[in-house]
Amino acid sequence: MAELTAEGKTPEILFWVGCAGSFDARAQKVTLAFCKILNEVGINYAILGNEESCTGDPARRAGNEFIFQMSALQNIEILNGYQIKKIVTACPHCFNTLKNEYPALGGNYEVVHHTQLLQELIDGGRIKMKEGGVFEGKKITYHDSCYLGRINGVYEAPRKILETLDNELVEMKRCKTKGLCCGAGGAQMFKEDEPGDKRINIERVEEALDTKAGIIAANCPFCLTMLQDGIKGKDQQENVMVYDLAELIVNNNQL
Amino acid sequence: MIQQIAFLLVSIAALGFATKQFLTIRRNIFLGKEEKISGNSGKRWRNVFLVAFGQSKMFKRWIPALFHFFIYAAFVITQIELIEIFIDGISGVHRFFWPSLGIFYTFLISFIEVLSVLALIATIIFLIRRNILKTSRFEKPEMKGWPKRDANIILYLEFLLIFFIFLMNSADMASHNNEYGFALSQWLSPIWAGTSDGTLHLLERIGWWGHVLVVFAFLNYLPVSKHLHILLAFPNTYYAKLNSRGEMENMPEIMNEVKSMMGLTEGGEEMNMEEELPEFGAKDIFELSWKNVLDAYSCTECGRCTSVCPANITGKKLSPRKILMDIRDRAHEVGLKLDSGNLEYVREDLKAEAKKLTRDNFDDGKTLFDAISKEELHACTTCNACVEACPVLIDPLDPILKLRRYEILTLSEGPSDWLPMFNAIENSGAVWSMPVERDAWTKDLTD
Repeated sequence: MAELTAEGKTPEILFWVGCAGSFDARAQKVTLAFCKILNEVGINYAILGNEESCTGDPARRAGNEFIFQMSALQNIEILNGYQIKKIVTACPHCFNTLKNEYPALGGNYEVVHHTQLLQELIDGGRIKMKEGGVFEGKKITYHDSCYLGRINGVYEAPRKILETLDNELVEMKRCKTKGLCCGAGGAQMFKEDEPGDKRINIERVEEALDTKAGIIAANCPFCLTMLQDGIKGKDQQENVMVYDLAELIVNNNQL
Repeated sequence: MIQQIAFLLVSIAALGFATKQFLTIRRNIFLGKEEKISGNSGKRWRNVFLVAFGQSKMFKRWIPALFHFFIYAAFVITQIELIEIFIDGISGVHRFFWPSLGIFYTFLISFIEVLSVLALIATIIFLIRRNILKTSRFEKPEMKGWPKRDANIILYLEFLLIFFIFLMNSADMASHNNEYGFALSQWLSPIWAGTSDGTLHLLERIGWWGHVLVVFAFLNYLPVSKHLHILLAFPNTYYAKLNSRGEMENMPEIMNEVKSMMGLTEGGEEMNMEEELPEFGAKDIFELSWKNVLDAYSCTECGRCTSVCPANITGKKLSPRKILMDIRDRAHEVGLKLDSGNLEYVREDLKAEAKKLTRDNFDDGKTLFDAISKEELHACTTCNACVEACPVLIDPLDPILKLRRYEILTLSEGPSDWLPMFNAIENSGAVWSMPVERDAWTKDLTD
């Protein structure tokens, strides 16, 4: 973003990469896949690079409002400084905080989740899905993340993307408004579980395995980690793969 | 005449005592912190009509919703008959509306009779579900003892109400040669064939008085039971949060402090450093919003929240329903102590000059943390399943997060696992402290 501004250019959209998308090895692949699509389509986007900080979501949900405000206000200073209007992010936690929580702090942007943007691009014919792709006829199940689904009501965009892959979408018993959490939200990602009978991701993965789908599609870097761990816990890593929707498009179109 | 006087006295006593109890609950609700909830009344009324009146969220689970609807519909429609019972009771006439409404009266009471039978079926099914099938959400630890008994008592009372209605109507029909033509009691009245007129009248009176007395008992039982939802569902849906679920309540006092630390404020606004460190978040009902306490009193302990809570499903201690029950029980406890006026409950540093025990000087040495453990709070994933599940728009997540804020901000405690995350955000702007640059991944893009 700094470079573009120095050149006097403004991007169509800012890609908010997020901590996971930047640092987590698994989520980085999603970041790269999404960038590949944006490049392919020819969207003029920018990232903040080292000027981006955590949105503060896990700190706020853990109860640490000071850390949240510090991080959030700093981000808003930078975003407003660049006069950012539209943001896309591949993380539903970043999406929610940018969209719903930054306005009260003075940050007003149009925020979309990458699945929404991708669906728009497919609908608008800017992404052409290859027919007879690798997923044709395959069973895929879709895991609603809490922060995209139940909390922000986005259920259809990701499902529409899946439809274009010509696969067979099999829903889990708990889906859409009733979707079960992967277990990472509310800063659980950063701590050990409280004592209990079972890990939440195992409960969720068992449900996904019941669908007999070979692929679990997700839309959140933390869900990816949780589901992948669950699959390993069930020793099913040879049979079931967990992918982000952007990766599915890249694989289908062999980008 | 004696009956009229008796009715009047019983009514005054029952209504008077109930009013006193309802005012106490109102007072208890407003022990919570002041919060202005207004605006967008169109949307709020919509919630009242769809969610409370129309039961729309109940139908997410349609089997219990259907049976609940029978009881609900019977309850609402029976209020019409209750008007007549009142008029009859005070004036001493028999079936006040019969002469003027005629056939419509027959239809109305017949309709009530049909609904009553449906409600009876529902009551039986609910008793079976709680006591024989033992549906798992009614068997959680927080339901042991009183809450379980409470639920059963209400079902028994419904049983009695319906029994007395049919006793009254059938005996009345028998003594009036079925001239009222009520749809169901005409099939019951033959039971009384050969019974003397005097006995029939007595039976009708037992039915009438039995019904009235159970209604009054129910009215006075409501305030101490979980059953307040039949009234509070309406205000509770009206005052339900309309902003996005994803927005946690902002804390302007912290925002402003951080802004001034970061040099973002345009001077003028000096933070006045008080001698006492301010408290953040909530430790007791006084720091929760009055809406949180209203939520707690509106809860009927159906447990739909708990049955969808990922933490609870996987055996963690957290149960959203328990959090609400704890808030309600604490409000009740504080209310009783305030009513006692005992100056022993005045905050230590104010004891010397205090003349009266009030909300503002109250301190009984207890807080919500005596009932709600940190383990419960720490298990929440903020997934909003509980918020989505509640049929009367209770928000169980909000108080959980307020208690978490107290723990972290005021007590400086909390899971030690979170410290590295807090430090990493503060020092390196990411949830993990990483030795590489944030945009290091971009080199793979150009490869």
